Amino acid sequence: MPYPQNTSQSYEMQPIKSVKSRTVVLPSTDIDTDQIIPARFLRTTTKEGLGKQLFSDWRYDANGTPKTDFVLNLPESQGAAILVAGNNFGCGSSREHAPWALMDFGIRAVISTEIADIFSSNALKNGLLPLVIDKATHAWLMEHPGADVEIDLETTTLKLPDGKSVKFPIEAFARYCLLNGIDELGYLLNQDDAISRHERAYP
Amino acid sequence: MSQKTLFEKVWERHEVVPETADTPAVLYIDLHLIHEVTTPQAFTLLREQNLKVRRPDRILATMDHSTPTTTEEIFGRIPIRMESAAQQIHKLEDNCREFGIELLGMTHKDRGIVHIIGPELGATQPGKTIVCGDSHTATHGAFGALAFGIGTTEVGHVLATQSLLQRRPKTLAINVKGRLPAGVAAKDLILAIIGKIGVGGGTGHVIEYRGEAISALSMDERMTICNMSIEAGARAGMIAPDETTFEYLNGRPKAPQGAAWDKAVAAWRELKSDAGARFDREVDIDASALEPMITYGTHPGMVLPISGSVPTKPDDPAFAKALNYMGMTPGERLLDKPINIVFIGSCTNARLSDIQLAARVIKGHKVAAGVRMLVVPGSQQIKHAAEALGLDKIFLDAGAEWRESGCSMCIGMNGDLAGKGEYVVSTSNRNFEGRQGQGARTLLASPATAAAAAIRGRITDPRQFL
Ligand code: SF4
Repeated sequence: MPYPQNTSQSYEMQPIKSVKSRTVVLPSTDIDTDQIIPARFLRTTTKEGLGKQLFSDWRYDANGTPKTDFVLNLPESQGAAILVAGNNFGCGSSREHAPWALMDFGIRAVISTEIADIFSSNALKNGLLPLVIDKATHAWLMEHPGADVEIDLETTTLKLPDGKSVKFPIEAFARYCLLNGIDELGYLLNQDDAISRHERAYP
Repeated sequence: MSQKTLFEKVWERHEVVPETADTPAVLYIDLHLIHEVTTPQAFTLLREQNLKVRRPDRILATMDHSTPTTTEEIFGRIPIRMESAAQQIHKLEDNCREFGIELLGMTHKDRGIVHIIGPELGATQPGKTIVCGDSHTATHGAFGALAFGIGTTEVGHVLATQSLLQRRPKTLAINVKGRLPAGVAAKDLILAIIGKIGVGGGTGHVIEYRGEAISALSMDERMTICNMSIEAGARAGMIAPDETTFEYLNGRPKAPQGAAWDKAVAAWRELKSDAGARFDREVDIDASALEPMITYGTHPGMVLPISGSVPTKPDDPAFAKALNYMGMTPGERLLDKPINIVFIGSCTNARLSDIQLAARVIKGHKVAAGVRMLVVPGSQQIKHAAEALGLDKIFLDAGAEWRESGCSMCIGMNGDLAGKGEYVVSTSNRNFEGRQGQGARTLLASPATAAAAAIRGRITDPRQFL
């Protein structure tokens, strides 16, 4: 496993070549960012420690005791770094706290048939891979929780336990930055001349 | 030259560097709106990397999400009850001071919900690129701006470079034919659109709302439409500017003045999709066939005409889960279902005309026994304008609460929350599980429908009170 699991940590940009893990399956569709991390936990001024509150309203009962039947609380889910979820994952608010919480919990990739735009963009900036795959492969993954799969970012393929592999799309520049541990802000700062020219042309 | 869509015109004018197969475009940002919740980590990053804010003059800050709505807390007679909220607020004050950013602070007369104050002050203008760490930034598209929500890392990018790395989205035209019937609001139209295309229907696209019904809308109504673009998955929604837009902006403090105004309007007139411009997708909808709409489930796509009944979907576990959360049964009629709370507020429906509409419905009536009604204007300016019209009196006489501006029960971050199992008829934009409080059940509707529900304590067709 390329990353430590289920620990609080900061997110230095480390190069990511692949993620290899068991999956954990959350079959719900349209999982919105209010479910991933409820708004009452956004009164924070840092990124750290949000994993405790990941899926809080689904994970804990009214007394804060973990619900034994919720999938992320099952013993076999511990340490799984790949989340398979229903269609249209991450819809709703732009809160980057959602990928921060997933990362802090130990999730390194989310697989669905559709992932919301802002969530995807936020995820990529934090080294969380948002994978959109075909319906048939997705259906297989949904039916086989705990499957051992590997996401290979260099070849942009998802390798299934039976040896089959499927391609997934990923924005070229984000992939390059992830593979090389490059921070996009550095690239933007290097555009300073072009930005200044634009500002002069359109004051 | 090929014909262009409104989106393409605004996009191309802001390309600092066009996109290639290997790299996204560098897109220049004209206006960056910031608030207390999604910025502290971005300022921390600037400090860590020893970076400056490139254009503090292109940033406007306000506080809205975690701010209290009681007069005592806002004007400092008592401390802010919620410690964590107070910390966020003070952090924003410190950050704005340190980096030289204009802040509409707690007691400022122009403070309000970030998507309400931009237009209100005339900072939101046609043809601008506008971003904010908030998904309802789409609201500003009502002026023909390209406006979209970004994450906190991107907030940092814009602070440092006034630019963003972006892939060019696809375009989706929503052609709205006919006119809205009397008693049917812009909110009903956008809910019907989301019901039609689905909550992921606009993913990857920028929507342009067009057609007779759209042109006939006021700016307040157009903002309600564009605001909920994200609820259909689209990061941005746009409406071509026209005389209604120019009239709204004329004379606002941050709008161009004098000769600059004339020059600006001449340029803004070009901001429309050329005849024959091609969209990646088009969807048609007939406004004249609509009635008031209300949601019954846990996302805005689960919506029905108010006279409708909950559908039956026997083999859909997600649907069953949503109904279970909502305490609804398949086949159940929505009209006359008892409710507990009415919330008039949010960046979707807390502008002056929304509050006027709710007041018109409730005037001379009382809020039903056992029902709580909370009216939270979208900005301090709106609050004062409503008070000048005596609207606060109408609500208070009816038994409603009249508050200082902010996001309030739209998101409940400031403690304005609904209880477990309670039904809230809300003029906001999201009916997700727990959005308005753990276990709270949100029914999204227009201000008229919400006010009518307050009177009867039940889901009610507002047309009987209009
Ligand atoms: S009113 Fe609601 S949707 Fe609008 S900015 Fe505030 S929290 Fe977000």
